[in-house]
Amino acid sequence: MKVYLDNGATTQVDEKVKTAMEKYFSESYGNPSSLHGFGVEAKIVLEKARRVIADSINAFPEEIFFTSGGTEANNWALKGLAFANRGKGNHIVTTKVEHKSVLESCKWLKRNGFRVSYVGVDSEGFVKLSELEREITDETILVSIIHGNNEIGTINNLEKVGEVCRKRQVYFHSDACQSFTKTELDVKKMNLDLVSLNSHKIHGPKGVGVLYASGEVKLDEWQHGGGQEKGMRSGTENISGIVGFVEAVKLALNEEHILKMEKLRNKLIEKVLEIPNVKLNGPVGDKRLCNNVNFSFRFIEGEAIVGMLDLLGVCASTGSACAEKTLEPSYVLKAIGLDDENANGSLRLSLSRFTNDMEVDYLLRVLPKVVSRLREISPFGEEECLQ
Amino acid sequence: MYSEKLIEKFKNPKFVGKIKDADAVGEEGNFKCGDVMKIYLKIKDEKIKDIKFETYGCVAAIASSEMMCELVNGKTLDEAYQMSHKEIVKALGEMPAVKVHCSILGTRALRNAIDEFRKK
Repeated sequence: MKVYLDNGATTQVDEKVKTAMEKYFSESYGNPSSLHGFGVEAKIVLEKARRVIADSINAFPEEIFFTSGGTEANNWALKGLAFANRGKGNHIVTTKVEHKSVLESCKWLKRNGFRVSYVGVDSEGFVKLSELEREITDETILVSIIHGNNEIGTINNLEKVGEVCRKRQVYFHSDACQSFTKTELDVKKMNLDLVSLNSHKIHGPKGVGVLYASGEVKLDEWQHGGGQEKGMRSGTENISGIVGFVEAVKLALNEEHILKMEKLRNKLIEKVLEIPNVKLNGPVGDKRLCNNVNFSFRFIEGEAIVGMLDLLGVCASTGSACAEKTLEPSYVLKAIGLDDENANGSLRLSLSRFTNDMEVDYLLRVLPKVVSRLREISPFGEEECLQ
Repeated sequence: MYSEKLIEKFKNPKFVGKIKDADAVGEEGNFKCGDVMKIYLKIKDEKIKDIKFETYGCVAAIASSEMMCELVNGKTLDEAYQMSHKEIVKALGEMPAVKVHCSILGTRALRNAIDEFRKK
């Protein structure tokens, strides 16, 4: 049996998405910049796509810029805004639990003369608003806060953060790659100036994303060339990818998918917590992404759990797939206050709308066995913790 | 990213466990680096008669512990003491560079056990 529970890393492309894309490889392969019929057809498809994405987050089509994915959108948002607003200030406020593409962009900005403050989060992963307010100074130009956390599923209250940013007159960016279509995202209500979205987390193809940039935001152009995307991001548009992304958005915007995933998520939480010496990381209820669970198992290490689950046909993750290149315990789990043992012993399971009861039941059957086998191998256990 | 041999050792370790009346026990590692290894030895005539391990750690750490036990079981203490982590890595086939330290921890735990025995 093969059970894929790593949808936070990437998802399967929906068959309907594949079908929608097909035509744009060898049939309608025009370049939207061309003046002939082929080009015009592509241009119409592109602009229709832009409108669908805009509508899904309550933005205007001219505020939607297609990119190669979430990482590019985050890089552009931070660097493009920082350089365009250098005259106003050189300070950026973000959090300790952002995706690597935000944190690494901040590091690069630091090397290039900007100052970055990292706001902490509480034990469930919510950004500390009072700390955020304290960090904003006259020099601050941007606040960047993740919407749904990729490791522990915490959904930040962007409306509240947006209020703070409006009051203090600083630009507001959010990385919404994990939360998009899984919880409400309204750029007007949340006072957002910049938002990063991507396609492959919602059953669309890889290599496509969006940066939403409000009409009012001052942002430097990102790629220079033929002047596509209103001169902001040159390069021939990835029409097939964009068509796939838009089809994926249309299919994902369905309350029933969220309810289905929530039900399976809650079942997972309830049953996994019956295993001794395990704790849930991140919040419970509707402030948690409908498809994410994250547990810490005492006495054993997360990578070994993932390794043994893999041998039994279950694809899972210790945290974020990108973080597995280093040996450090997850910085997100450290930020919510976990000690090294609990941070090392973490397991993330992430669902999709295609995940079914049978798959979850299979995981629930094998996981307790994996955990107790690894605890047999481990030198630690109950006796040690009673000492 | 792991070799078949390494996965096999991880999947079916034969040297897991404690030796209740061990002649020496050695430990190495901590939670921060993510690996802790404990080696139990039964020694007779300067030779390893029995060896068991307990490991807290990743796939590579568990496989390295198993591989090391297999390699040193029956060897003299001097031979076991001199075993390099490179031999473990070689016996396991390929191992990602970031995981090589797992095999070093194993040899250190073994040396700690032998040191303890010789101090007695």
